[in-house]
Amino acid sequence: MLKIGPYEFHSRLLLGTGKYPNFAIQKEAVEVSGAEILTFAVRRMNIFSPEQPNFLEQLDVTKYKLLPNTAGAKTAEEAVRIARLAKASGLCDMIKVEVIGCDKTLLPDPVETLKATEMLLEEGFIVLPYTSDDVVLAKRLQDLGCHAIMPGASPIGTGQGIINPLNLSFIIEQATVPVIVDAGIGSPADAALAMELGADGVLLNTAVAGASDPVKMAKAMKLAIEAGRLGYEAGRIPKKRYATASSPMEGMSTV
Amino acid sequence: MKLIINGEAIDVPERIRTVADLLEHFQLNKKIAIVEVNACILQKEQYATATLNSGDRVEIVHFVGGG
Repeated sequence: MLKIGPYEFHSRLLLGTGKYPNFAIQKEAVEVSGAEILTFAVRRMNIFSPEQPNFLEQLDVTKYKLLPNTAGAKTAEEAVRIARLAKASGLCDMIKVEVIGCDKTLLPDPVETLKATEMLLEEGFIVLPYTSDDVVLAKRLQDLGCHAIMPGASPIGTGQGIINPLNLSFIIEQATVPVIVDAGIGSPADAALAMELGADGVLLNTAVAGASDPVKMAKAMKLAIEAGRLGYEAGRIPKKRYATASSPMEGMSTV
Repeated sequence: MKLIINGEAIDVPERIRTVADLLEHFQLNKKIAIVEVNACILQKEQYATATLNSGDRVEIVHFVGGG
């Protein structure tokens, strides 16, 4: 069971809702993924085309917890404003703090992320900051009282997987709140590795939305995350340099 | 009345007095929309009573796909 603040989830996959080929595929991918938490962005509405379809309006919002992000924010103040807008919808009280500090790498601004997290916690939000895989920053965010830490595996949308498993495992080891690996996951193997390292969940978007068959990939990610988690709980064997036989040496039948 | 809606100067009919009127005018009253007037975020219950004045800066936002 994944516990974030007052909420409990069976699924450890958090799914983003951007960049799908169309709503029909997206809907099916969301269903197949088993995800209970879906991320969204907050943007200006095109007021001159009220008939434009909106994915959220096609969803049974009682079945999912919405996790709006503050994407687009470059300062703590901008992130707080977006979070307040999201909350005013009356649909959610969780927020993914995302304050980008570099346009090319889309890596988070640690100082502004910390500031925004503090401000939003004071306002009573359930706060899940997206952060770099910095062990000390994760600790600082945790000390503030955030409800989960979401270190990136690699830059957003790159699909490079976990580029620093050592840092990630340090973050996981010292965490007292759930660690959700967010951003950079490319394949089911990446997601499984995150879970095997002891992550509590994985948040991904492009890896599913951009796959040749998003529905199939949604299923693959679901299974990979479940497998990785089971593997972590089961406790893997230590790696050894030399072989040890699996079959007994006694009782060999020889001619 | 001239309003700045989502950064654009837009003329709306004089009969529009409140945020609720404005949303109805653009047929957005059934949508999941969040409204901010002059940097002040409104709760849904306030739409019917929040009056609009010429020159007000109105932001109408919603949830879109994102990661």
